[in-house]
Amino acid sequence: MADNKNKKLTMTQQEYQQVAKRKEPPRKVLVNCLRAFMIGGLICLIGQALMEMFIHWFDFTEKTAGNPTVAILILISVILTCLGVYDKISQWAGAGSAVPVTGFANSMCSAALEHRSEGMVLGVGGNMFKLAGSVIVFGTVAAFFVAIIHFLFGVGVK
Amino acid sequence: MLKGHQSWEFVNRPRIRAEATVVGPDEGEGPLGDRFDIVHGDAMLKQKSWEKAERMMLEEAANIAIENAKLTKEHIHFYIGGDLLNQIISNSFAARTLAIPYLGVFGACSTSMESLALAAQLVDSGSAKYVLSATCSHNCTAEKQFRYPTEYGSQKPPTAQFTVTGAGAAVVAPDGDGPMVVRATIGRVVDMGIKDPFNMGAAMAPAAVSTIQAHLHDFQLQPGDYDMIVTGDLASVGHEIALELFDKHNVPIRETTFTDCGLMVYDLEKQPVQAGGSGCGCSAVVTYGHLLKKLREGELRRILVVATGALLSPLSFQQGESIPCIAHAVALESGVTKR
Repeated sequence: MADNKNKKLTMTQQEYQQVAKRKEPPRKVLVNCLRAFMIGGLICLIGQALMEMFIHWFDFTEKTAGNPTVAILILISVILTCLGVYDKISQWAGAGSAVPVTGFANSMCSAALEHRSEGMVLGVGGNMFKLAGSVIVFGTVAAFFVAIIHFLFGVGVK
Repeated sequence: MLKGHQSWEFVNRPRIRAEATVVGPDEGEGPLGDRFDIVHGDAMLKQKSWEKAERMMLEEAANIAIENAKLTKEHIHFYIGGDLLNQIISNSFAARTLAIPYLGVFGACSTSMESLALAAQLVDSGSAKYVLSATCSHNCTAEKQFRYPTEYGSQKPPTAQFTVTGAGAAVVAPDGDGPMVVRATIGRVVDMGIKDPFNMGAAMAPAAVSTIQAHLHDFQLQPGDYDMIVTGDLASVGHEIALELFDKHNVPIRETTFTDCGLMVYDLEKQPVQAGGSGCGCSAVVTYGHLLKKLREGELRRILVVATGALLSPLSFQQGESIPCIAHAVALESGVTKR
């Protein structure tokens, strides 16, 4: 029973953790996946509709329509966060509302709202990237390694 | 008076002269909504920050309790309290306003019974006449400090618990006709190696079981000697585990009504609270708001309240430490004569 992961735990602790594990209500993985697929897909569908709108009615090209589309999605997400709705959607949708750009906007907006009471500089400024910061850091690190692979082997887009 | 290894028997039977509870909107909508003194419709209480709102609730509860005891704050010799915020600011700042000699204690969610046991000990030993015991918690300040920003969209697992927005205060006095504080057992810290801060019930259940067993052993009692044994905030997951542990240790817990404040404060079917309630306020508002009323009415005669606390900090769980837990038990008896 004493595997590597649990070697620091005593026998009673290990026994207890097995009891606790058994009593833990299972997470609804399949339902969560379906919900995430639906809501994530819905957000992307809204994004696509916005993009088509910018291309057809406002003379944007496929390349330039991305920016205003993202801006509108972010705006919607921030408004929903400020109204206290976004976290309720997320409890239902899980990763579906966390992965798209709206989730990133929500993480920044919620942190800014939360820490407004500590002032503009130390509160809002210092905490806005509390959650989003790690996305940026690891996004940049990942991009760096992808770029190295591209440079060395010349794979990927030209 | 010391009894057994870790318990006190209060031979002079200090009484809870008056108590008060103040809660937020979610608790008001719960099944015990009409048992509280004040139900705020706005969790912000028209304050500038969540922290100020929490402190405000505590001050309100303290003032109402003192008023109901027909005393003024000059009569209160000591004020014992604690909460979940860093450096227990809610209580310390409320003590600044109340201007009562103050002892700040920290026992996480077990603070309600820790402070009540200490208050009873001071009164019983003659070290004070009137002692105020108070505690509070606020859902948003706890989320902010221990988890994510309140509006952040993260999915909570079914084992997560919802911190109660509420404050409870009680005035302990040497005489009167209120419920009597008869026994207390101070718990030891139990750590079973649980690391998941979203599964506090599982982390705290062994501490509750340990304290209840120690209590029964120290006083040579059986669970059936109490009308009700109620834990602080184990919620659905922890409660089930505690039941199983009692069965395993051959403690006849089913002879009494064994329940949990975290299961009573919310409607688990209708309210989005996952496993149930938690926080210092959880055991405080249920005990002071609901159970003491039942003792005063004589509907319950003897109860044992076992407040459970997870002694973690945001830093400790981020550094991968397991969650040490504690539980303190206080036995209360109805002051009214048998009908």
